[in-house]
Amino acid sequence: MAKITFITSDNEKITLEGDSGNVMQLAVNNSVKGIDGDCGGVCSCATCHVFVSENDIAKVGEASEIEVDMLELADDANEFSRLCCQIEISDAIDGVELTVAK
Amino acid sequence: MEKCKFSDPFKKAREEKGYGEMNDQDDPVTILLRHKDVRKSAHNWQTFQSGAVPGRIVVPSEVKIRDIRQIPFEVDPPLHKDFRNLLEGWFKRPNDEAYQEVLHKQISDLVDEVLEKESLDVVTEFALKLQSRALTILLNTPYSESETFISWGTHVFRSEGESLDASKANVLYDYLDAKINEASKNPGKDLYSMLLEAEVLGKKLTHEEIKGIMILTFAGGRDTVINAVTNTIAYFAEHPKSLEDIKNNPDKINKAVEELIRYFSPLTHMGRVVTQDTEVCEHAIKADSRASLCWASANRDASVFENPDEVDFDRKINPHVGFGFSHHNCLGATHARQILRTLLSILSHKVTTFEIIDSKENIEDLGEFKRKVGFHSLNVKFNK
Repeated sequence: MAKITFITSDNEKITLEGDSGNVMQLAVNNSVKGIDGDCGGVCSCATCHVFVSENDIAKVGEASEIEVDMLELADDANEFSRLCCQIEISDAIDGVELTVAK
Repeated sequence: MEKCKFSDPFKKAREEKGYGEMNDQDDPVTILLRHKDVRKSAHNWQTFQSGAVPGRIVVPSEVKIRDIRQIPFEVDPPLHKDFRNLLEGWFKRPNDEAYQEVLHKQISDLVDEVLEKESLDVVTEFALKLQSRALTILLNTPYSESETFISWGTHVFRSEGESLDASKANVLYDYLDAKINEASKNPGKDLYSMLLEAEVLGKKLTHEEIKGIMILTFAGGRDTVINAVTNTIAYFAEHPKSLEDIKNNPDKINKAVEELIRYFSPLTHMGRVVTQDTEVCEHAIKADSRASLCWASANRDASVFENPDEVDFDRKINPHVGFGFSHHNCLGATHARQILRTLLSILSHKVTTFEIIDSKENIEDLGEFKRKVGFHSLNVKFNK
């Protein structure tokens, strides 16, 4: 079981628990504002963009080449950006904090 | 086993030079073919403009048949964003459970109806009806309006044998004028009324602006949805095991829908007007000429998609551009996705096999390329 905290654009902190699937699905199932996940998680729409907290970068891991290409064209992306449909939920990411992009 | 095959006419040109060329009413178009170039150009709205003369970014050009600007499609940032912000909420309604229930019932009833028939033309007797009825949910107008939409036929702007037909567009324009005026006198809960109430940058929308939004809503989701639905039936007719796979693994529906959209790419390409001399794939494109972003070609780019000509419901990463890309991505995508997800679920439960009796392909003529985008007719028997 991993605890994941989302910080939305209105500064609301939402902590959710999950043990499988991807982070986007967890957020969508719990109506986290700003995570739409339109394409259902195949890395085609960029509507699940989050910024990983600096301390959690190592836990979450790096984006794949296809994800990086996608993020390159997102206006507000930076070195902490990830598409959270590409982050699998496992014990390894327990406690991470993700800020939802606007 | 070849009816559902949609070959990739762009492969050679995409791999060898990265672009193609076509003439269109003496306003030629450079067709960008590579995934990376298509996405980059779609993102670069400053150089690849949508807010040109109304109708010019559409291929074939509609400059000669309309003056009205489609919104937000033919508006660029920053104003584009203000219109998108106004519309996003309404166009995300397909994610609501209540919306999905109505859509499910509509499609389920339609499938029950066609299961009783000896055979039917999927284009006019299934896809057209499905699209027209579902549009009433998107607009939040009475179901009975769908009879009018069905009576217009498969194209709102185009008709058989002629690529452009102004008289057909007038039928839609007159209808929209009447509906906007009606909603202005008796506001309700439909999209017209919402737009009449709304403000962008502190100002109420004009009649022309509301009409521009409505035309886009009607035209953008017409033949694209009809082709996606028809092609999906053709696919399952020739791949009954895939339908069974969906039935046994309903959690695959999302991925299957994205993959079918990638493979069929219901909108082949969309134009832009180039605002300054630029270069793509070492090819110079002059200011004030047209370029198009070829979604259909980008979706078969082997540098991004493994086995691009195969339909694979297990494709995990699928960065397709079937709904366009970046600022101007498809406003109706949530509705379209919900239609296809619902359709796959219902078909997998109610239909075992489809038999194709005969068909007539719809081949688009894009200068040096000929692309199958769907069918003019597809006669099929649905089996329980």
